[in-house]
Amino acid sequence: MNKTLLLIAALSVLCIAAGCARRETRVEAGNRDQILHLGNLSEPRDLDPHIVTGVSACNILSALLEGLVAEEPGKSGAAERWDVSSDGMVYTFHLRQNAKWSNGDPVTADDFVFSYQRILSPALGSPYAYMLHVLKNAKAFNTGELPDFGKVGVKAIDFQTLELTLESPTPSFLSQLNHWSWFPVHPPTILKHGAMDEMGTKWTAPENYVGNGPFKLKSWKQNSSIVVETNPHYWDRDTVRLKEIHFYPIGDHKIEERSFRAGQLHVTGTIPLERVQYYKDRHPELLRLDPYLRSYYYLLNVSKPPLNDPRVRKALALSIDREKIARYVTRSGEQPAFSFTPPHIGNYKPPTPFQRDIPAAKQLLAEAGYPNGEGFPELTLLFHTSDLHTRVAEVIQQMWKETLGIHIELENVEWKVYQSRRKNKVYEIARAEWVADYADPASFLEIWQTGGGNNHSGWSSPEYDRLIQKASQTLDETQRLETFRQAETILLNELPIIPLLFLPSKSLIQPSVKGWKPSILDHHPYKHIYLEAQER
Amino acid sequence: MVKFIIRRFFELIPVLLIAISITFFMVRLAPGGPFTAEKSFSEEAIARLNEHYGLDKPILVQYGNYLLNVVKGDLGPSFQYPSRTVNEIISESFPVSLELGAWAMLFAIVVGLVSGIVASLRPNTIQDHVPMGIAMTGICMPSFVLGPILILVFGLWLGWFNASGWETASDRVLPVITLGAAYAAYIARLTRGSMLEVLPSDYIRTARAKGLSEKAVILRHTLKNALLPVVSFLGPATAGIITGSFVVETIFNIPGMGRMFVLGAFNRDYTLILGLVVFFALLVVVFNAFVDILLGLLNPKTRQHS
Repeated sequence: MNKTLLLIAALSVLCIAAGCARRETRVEAGNRDQILHLGNLSEPRDLDPHIVTGVSACNILSALLEGLVAEEPGKSGAAERWDVSSDGMVYTFHLRQNAKWSNGDPVTADDFVFSYQRILSPALGSPYAYMLHVLKNAKAFNTGELPDFGKVGVKAIDFQTLELTLESPTPSFLSQLNHWSWFPVHPPTILKHGAMDEMGTKWTAPENYVGNGPFKLKSWKQNSSIVVETNPHYWDRDTVRLKEIHFYPIGDHKIEERSFRAGQLHVTGTIPLERVQYYKDRHPELLRLDPYLRSYYYLLNVSKPPLNDPRVRKALALSIDREKIARYVTRSGEQPAFSFTPPHIGNYKPPTPFQRDIPAAKQLLAEAGYPNGEGFPELTLLFHTSDLHTRVAEVIQQMWKETLGIHIELENVEWKVYQSRRKNKVYEIARAEWVADYADPASFLEIWQTGGGNNHSGWSSPEYDRLIQKASQTLDETQRLETFRQAETILLNELPIIPLLFLPSKSLIQPSVKGWKPSILDHHPYKHIYLEAQER
Repeated sequence: MVKFIIRRFFELIPVLLIAISITFFMVRLAPGGPFTAEKSFSEEAIARLNEHYGLDKPILVQYGNYLLNVVKGDLGPSFQYPSRTVNEIISESFPVSLELGAWAMLFAIVVGLVSGIVASLRPNTIQDHVPMGIAMTGICMPSFVLGPILILVFGLWLGWFNASGWETASDRVLPVITLGAAYAAYIARLTRGSMLEVLPSDYIRTARAKGLSEKAVILRHTLKNALLPVVSFLGPATAGIITGSFVVETIFNIPGMGRMFVLGAFNRDYTLILGLVVFFALLVVVFNAFVDILLGLLNPKTRQHS
């Protein structure tokens, strides 16, 4: 008996002694070996660029694959240079001679043709196929109306020359090419594991994956980590200094922050709202709050009275104190939003036709038949479980009560329930946000066109649709942006949405990470990132 | 014994059928489907996906097909992770949960038995009160409180362990303690109780009178009978510890089956949820049968009754 006890005691002491010795953390070891450890929010659906949606997959794909142009605006990627026809309709890309796949095969124009045919194939059911609808006849092919891919505006002129013909001149085309839906896939690998238009084959398994990016897939442990290592065949491999990147799918922000503190992560995917102030006060050097193309707004169901009255919608929008929310409630570098499009997209200056104006809001509500909120029906504000949404909803509920005298019920539901209700328009007011797919006002404003897949407000304006169409075909940049401004002015006068905040990209970052530049799309080309252990 | 095992096997079938049927229709009743997302998929894309996964067929046909596939051992493709089947997901995540569960069970048994025996030898003294007080706290403290406390102390302040993950051997320590603590506490109380019941028996007095050493009396004579309630607790506890580890798996970001189950439910991954329910049901039934057999071996009385 006593011996057993003694043995257990001895073992415990040994364990503790072994633990006591100062451990080298994962970050310290990574700094020495150029291995970057990244918090990556969630497990990606897949690593097939034609199948995936969402930020976590995008973060990994940008290491494994490379599109025609590079992440940095105007810089070249798999294509060395390109010519644009004078009418802006035909783009001719000249691929790099030394561009190679991770198995050593050359990257050819035919590979891109194959890739674009694959994502547009109706049978694949790619969620982002619509990104390629700018190509001539692509939409018809994608919906199955046009069976012959030969009529789509994609052509391999020769081994290294790719010609893309557009449906109409699209000035934002080059920045759209940065989206992962335009990334190429390696045809022999796809065909080895299934048909061209077959989803869910084994080609994305680590032992099969072939990519053309600066890194190649090394291992994929489900829900644990995805590891990529330097691709020796990458054309610009001398620039790449990291040896490996480990992506960890840590969905819980609090766990991610704890892992960062324990020295397990170089960079986190985000940061819990309640910890931002702590880092601002104590460790500002670890906190990164950068401008991001992310708009946080309330969606109004314009088919339901009283929200079908633009005066009511405007009264709701005018009575919110956004500065107060940003400064005292969210406190993580949010900017008050008086437009739907954030202010950092190139030369685009979004219009701001309204400001906070309580007397005007009261006046509008009275005109709509609800003086001091009397007789105003009880509306429900729908959002899904999250710290941010709850806090913002509570303060706005209070503001509307105080300024307009109306009462709004709050309804907090689970994520999928929220999505389904929003899509089926079973809501009155709903929390929503939009992250741009590419850096252009079109990525924000196109969604509010009549019948748009993400236009869940039920709002429709022929004039708005006309202006968006016109802008997307205007070659002159100043005129194009002005047309977008006119369209957004209509949106902000009609207000099927209430812009609230522009959210920054938030992360914690170790000082040893170098070359991690702010990016409005929150993309960070890994080939320019390296690690440098600081002096102790 | 063979007859007993065969009977248990046939009892399994209705249990599984009921579990599958209820789950199959319940998951489909939940609002939202596997393909609803913040940025909407186009109608065409959703139609293609439904077609790909057979969700466009009448629900009874889907149900029939699913049952047929389960009989063949095929749990179908995952909706959320298109390149993986549910069988692959289980075969990757079950060993993780099993390892976590096995270590936690071992921890619970060793710590529980030792402190239970120690406490029972001098009842109502400090030697009893201290381990039983700790055990009571252990039973009352939920793992979502204990886990973060352990992380805070041993992960962040002392820096001995990682705060999350399942990569190195030392990553096992904190989750195992978190998961095993409540079970250890329960086993300790159970052991103490049944030890105290057995110790005053006549045959123990006889054993002592024969001049056997105290060690032999406790380990060979008392413990053998005192263990029966502990063993019957171990069956459901083992199944529970392996299947019910999702809280611990979430706190420590461990890629086990419990976490897959939670993610499957959030993502409306119908086949993944169903597959895991089938697998869990199988585990629970098998463990309970196993314990029944073990009890039969330990105690001839049970064997006769059953």
